[in-house]
Amino acid sequence: MKKTITLSLFILLCVQSFYSQTKISGKVSDQKKQPLPGANVFIKDSYDGMSSGADGTFSFTANDTGEVTIVTSFIGFETVEKKFKLNGKEIIYNPVLKEAFNELKVVTISAGTIEASDEKRLTVLKPLDIVTTAGGQGDIVGALKTLPGAQQVGESAELFVRGGTGSETKTLIDGMVVNNPFYSTSPDIASRGRFSPFIFKGTVFSTGGYSAQYGQAMSSVIALETNDLPDKSSATVALSSVGIGVGLNHLSKDKKSSIGFDLNYTNLTPYFSLVKQVPDYTVKPVFSGGSFNFRKKTSETGIIKFYGYYNTSNLGLRTLDIDSTNGFKNLFELNNYNIYTNITYKERLGEKWLLNIGASYSTNVDKMNMTFDTIRSQSDLTQGRAVISRGIGKLSIIRLGAEYQYSFDGYNIKGVSGNYHFSSNTNMYDNYSAEFLEADIYMTTKLVLRVGGRGEYSTLMNKYVVAPRSSVAYKIGEKSQVSIAYGQFYQKPERYYLFSPQLPGYNKATHYIANIQRTDDLHTLRLELYYKQYDNLTLANADSTKGNSGYGYAQGVDVFWRDKKTIKGVDYWISYTYLDTKRLYLNYPKEVMPPFAATNTATLVFKKFFDKLNISTGFTYTYASGRPYYNPNNPDFMGDRTIDYNILGVNAAYLRQVGKCFGVLAFSVTNVIGNDQIYGYHYSYDGLRSQAIIPPAKRFFFIGLFLSFGVDRSKEIIDSNN
Amino acid sequence: MRKTIIIAALLGITNIINAQNPKYIAAMERNVATLDTTRDGAILQNLANTFERIGSAEKTEWLPQYYAAYCYINMTYTTKGSTIDTYCDKAETFLKKADSINPNNSEIYTLKAQASSARISVSPMTRGQKYGTMAAEIREQAKKFDPANPRPYYLEGTGYFYTPPMFGGGKDKAKASFEKALTMFETFKPASSIAPRWGKNSTEYFLKQCESK
Repeated sequence: MKKTITLSLFILLCVQSFYSQTKISGKVSDQKKQPLPGANVFIKDSYDGMSSGADGTFSFTANDTGEVTIVTSFIGFETVEKKFKLNGKEIIYNPVLKEAFNELKVVTISAGTIEASDEKRLTVLKPLDIVTTAGGQGDIVGALKTLPGAQQVGESAELFVRGGTGSETKTLIDGMVVNNPFYSTSPDIASRGRFSPFIFKGTVFSTGGYSAQYGQAMSSVIALETNDLPDKSSATVALSSVGIGVGLNHLSKDKKSSIGFDLNYTNLTPYFSLVKQVPDYTVKPVFSGGSFNFRKKTSETGIIKFYGYYNTSNLGLRTLDIDSTNGFKNLFELNNYNIYTNITYKERLGEKWLLNIGASYSTNVDKMNMTFDTIRSQSDLTQGRAVISRGIGKLSIIRLGAEYQYSFDGYNIKGVSGNYHFSSNTNMYDNYSAEFLEADIYMTTKLVLRVGGRGEYSTLMNKYVVAPRSSVAYKIGEKSQVSIAYGQFYQKPERYYLFSPQLPGYNKATHYIANIQRTDDLHTLRLELYYKQYDNLTLANADSTKGNSGYGYAQGVDVFWRDKKTIKGVDYWISYTYLDTKRLYLNYPKEVMPPFAATNTATLVFKKFFDKLNISTGFTYTYASGRPYYNPNNPDFMGDRTIDYNILGVNAAYLRQVGKCFGVLAFSVTNVIGNDQIYGYHYSYDGLRSQAIIPPAKRFFFIGLFLSFGVDRSKEIIDSNN
Repeated sequence: MRKTIIIAALLGITNIINAQNPKYIAAMERNVATLDTTRDGAILQNLANTFERIGSAEKTEWLPQYYAAYCYINMTYTTKGSTIDTYCDKAETFLKKADSINPNNSEIYTLKAQASSARISVSPMTRGQKYGTMAAEIREQAKKFDPANPRPYYLEGTGYFYTPPMFGGGKDKAKASFEKALTMFETFKPASSIAPRWGKNSTEYFLKQCESK
């Protein structure tokens, strides 16, 4: 009996020690020693563990013995594992968690760049903003003009940025240069962009200091990225006061490929008969064209995209000859055709490498029939591009790329001068190649350094140049960061001067930018100081170029504020640009402020959605101070200023779904108040008569019905006030 | 083929073992019961942690992963902005695990659909199309995998409920889905004491909202 008891006791003790429990306690905190409540502390592969309390502390008993792994995990932090020996002796363990990689917590290079993207979680703009901005008329550049840095140059569709000319802004589609992103038009009348904003998923608008990936742009880059595969097959029909359009997008059953096209026809004849135009149109503007796209996923990570565009247009008008005293009108007739094609392939190679290759061909032909002569102007561009990137660690990346462009420009002029018939033909070819190397080096998640450079060679310029680029960004708070950028940018002279027997050589700009930005889901505040120095600007008079010893500068400040929260259901932004710029350029006798610059520019964009009525409305008000113009009677060259520019545009859209068809009825009008718009003046040769450069009509009215079958777009627009 | 049978047999065995594993059943029952009574963020976080721990020990069970995801999805309704994405990311990692343990499961797909629609509220304007389409597609798959599961219909109802009639939603359409869900809830029998059973009260609540015009 005694024996039995002893034995049982012995067994009991053995079991006791074998199953002895170990107390584990401590406190979970982050790297700043702040306690983390709600973290999960547990023994791997067991039930034992607990969540940390409000003060970060925890205490639990483990039933296991021997070596175990204690896991500490918490959302937003990197999981920590640590090995312990459990032998019944209490363990005190204070895990410290490191914040996990989170896109929103990582600094990004923001100097000089405004991005619209759905994929990135925090951007200044979303792609939909581009089409819903009043006054922008569904035009990409129209919408970008509401952002700081952009100038209001009403007589041109081009984007003039920070004292630069329109040609200093380059448009790229999937990395490939677009030579003629705007419809051809007559002098002094703005056209619009060729490409529909709906085909792009992302837009990067750079106003300076941009990456070594971009070349041949001294002031600005608009980088557009086309859509990947659509979510669904769909058909669209557009009927508007200016034309019609149809489109079809088909997504394959396996969702690996899609094919799509659209056709459109625009004719301004009916509109011009209702709304009187200032110029005397001999041929009312007609545009017709279409596009084709093809996308195929070649693997989980690879995609091939093709985009092809074709358009032809005709227009003709007569304008008063300022040098004529008897009311003679000059004729200008234009026939244009344009083709743009682009194919790209993107694929991940292993874990770390990313390959991007692309090719593009485009051609643009303008046939101009004028009073005394006819001109045929053609420009073709064939290009190829390859970029390979390698990720280093979690965030850093190195990019290496090469580009090649072969361009042809032809200029043929035929005319009559008295009894003398003349014809001249000038052709010009250029082989342009560039290579770039750039690294984004993350010192920490708060500090990033970008260094890189771009080498460029053009057979026409016959010179190799190297353009260094660099920027630094530092996160100063949860939502705020500061950024600085420096870069050199070379550009061939404007196309027109390349035909001159004496080539002017590269133009050059150097940018210095400092930026501070604060962003959260509902607000953006952005301040940017910039200084741009121009060297080697083209000098020319009417007959010939005089080299490239021009120079100039542009400096100022950009302010941007966007707020989606303060007023319920309202989203608004305010942009302000102060610009101080002068240049010695073309035939300027001295360094002056050029006619495409205004000292002060401010824009207010306002959007409101009435969810009960399903009506989305908005307005855009823009102010710009008067721009310089040349008055031969004023001894102070470019000493005159136009009146200030004021314009208010409004838009409204009514949205409704009937079955599988989603419809939008859209209405917009520019210059509601009817402010006078004067973009400058033309003077007669003798300086006695002048004529204001004004838009062809005071206002532009637009009404359109857009129907989409299959794809439900409603959710894009509803609940904008949430 | 033989391999498959062996694997199937093994899985069957573990299922049986776990069906007999009173510790697992008890732990799950206790926490699932708490889950029915709370919408509080801190409590949900603790529950999510508990399910994560159970899941770490019971590697062949999909329900701990499922419930951990369920907690994180419900936590999205307690917050706003980009935190919603963080919770959805977390929920989706659990759902991925659950899906690999038990593929083509209607309940798992229902939660996947719910996570997609939760993401819409971060930015309805820009995300509605993408995530709305995604949620609807996954929801349809959930219906297909188990036609007797009322929860995809409940989810469809909430989708219509928050979409105005002009955009193809509205209370009338929502009502039809909720009614269908409710009749299905009447006959729905959870597979076990710890199998998903949520949604009936919410369906009744929404149905009342649909009726009060």
